[in-house]
Amino acid sequence: MTDTTPSPQETTEHHSVGHIVPVRILAATGIALLILTVFTVWIAGFDLGNLNIWAALAIAAFKGSLVVLFFMHLRYDRPFNGVVFVTSLALVALFISFALTDTREYAPDILPGDATEVQKQLAEVQP
Amino acid sequence: MTVSPAHAHEHPDFLRHHFNTPKQQFEAGKLGMWLFLATEVLLFGGLFVGYSVWRGNHPEMFKAGSIFLNTNLGAVNTAVLILSSITMAAAVTMAQRNKRGALMLFLSLTLAGAVTFLVIKYFEYTHKFHLGIYPGLKFYEKPAGDSHTLSGSLVNDAGGVDLVLVKGTGPLGQDVTVADTPEAEPTTVAPAAIGPAGLAQDALEPGDRPADDGHAEHLTHPLQDPHRPANVHMFFNIYYLMTGLHGVHVAAGIGVLTWLLIGAAKGRFSSAYFTPVDLGGLYWHVVDLIWIFLFPLFYLI
Repeated sequence: MTDTTPSPQETTEHHSVGHIVPVRILAATGIALLILTVFTVWIAGFDLGNLNIWAALAIAAFKGSLVVLFFMHLRYDRPFNGVVFVTSLALVALFISFALTDTREYAPDILPGDATEVQKQLAEVQP
Repeated sequence: MTVSPAHAHEHPDFLRHHFNTPKQQFEAGKLGMWLFLATEVLLFGGLFVGYSVWRGNHPEMFKAGSIFLNTNLGAVNTAVLILSSITMAAAVTMAQRNKRGALMLFLSLTLAGAVTFLVIKYFEYTHKFHLGIYPGLKFYEKPAGDSHTLSGSLVNDAGGVDLVLVKGTGPLGQDVTVADTPEAEPTTVAPAAIGPAGLAQDALEPGDRPADDGHAEHLTHPLQDPHRPANVHMFFNIYYLMTGLHGVHVAAGIGVLTWLLIGAAKGRFSSAYFTPVDLGGLYWHVVDLIWIFLFPLFYLI
């Protein structure tokens, strides 16, 4: 293999395709991801109630953004590629929202599996 | 504008005839890859919807289920995938800089990460199978030919869920920690719905419907091992489905990475043509991305 530095002419010609992300930025991104992994495990050790879910999801979303923006070059990419990807994420978010909205409508009366709600109602009926 | 004769000899080998310029070919390939990745997000998205609805209805079931998972192995696997993502991104940079040796090194490291992930996952799965932790109602059966008991001392209170951990000896003599639901909390995890949706009630006697007296025996499934918390097989249904589908993607990634490594060894890639490395990398990062969400959703919360 030859590791010769390309001449300026080659640089302009070859690098017209794609964007080169320096290794130090990739390494910094990766270290941030590893630190966030330790952080999410650490924070899951505390009982924060429902906040545990939101904390885990927020950290995962932030980690995912780092992966997409730097590892997948979306920060430097054509915006339309980002539009395609973010659209798919938005559709999944919409899908989850509608499904949860619907299932919560039925939870108190025909889904006794929602134990939290059932117990709350039982406590009111039989104090 | 006419194509000059000078342009003809600049036409590189990798440029397909239906593209005008390498840049056009590169951007088209990249857009195609992003469209494919969008369908991957939608594929897993349907399963995340299932997870959300089940978790919304049975939050205790998921908290009880995650007790059966080894957080350390999950965290190590997360780190392995992140490290392999770093090396994959570095491989793309090396391809763009025409450094073939470094490209092959980083592709090999990425491949090693992918294999390591699957090996760890294999040990996780087989360990669970030894303990009889299967999806479906087999979850409540003791493993075949197994005479062990999982009774033991109460060692922990998994806060807020009203679960206790029971320690004992498993079928292979290994230490086992299982969660148990005390009888005092019979409605913590209630059976499937009765109503217009008509969920599985066949296995239950008419008297087993959720009674207003709320006795435990009315709420446990006939096939349930009393040492296993009720309904947690549902957690393992979606655990095996989602991690299994992700594992299939890792296995496919191993194929892609091997193909890229062979191509790099043959000198197919250069700073002018690195599209396969770039697009293979995009796929590999999405595999990492999905695991970044699966890990906390199953192992941590």
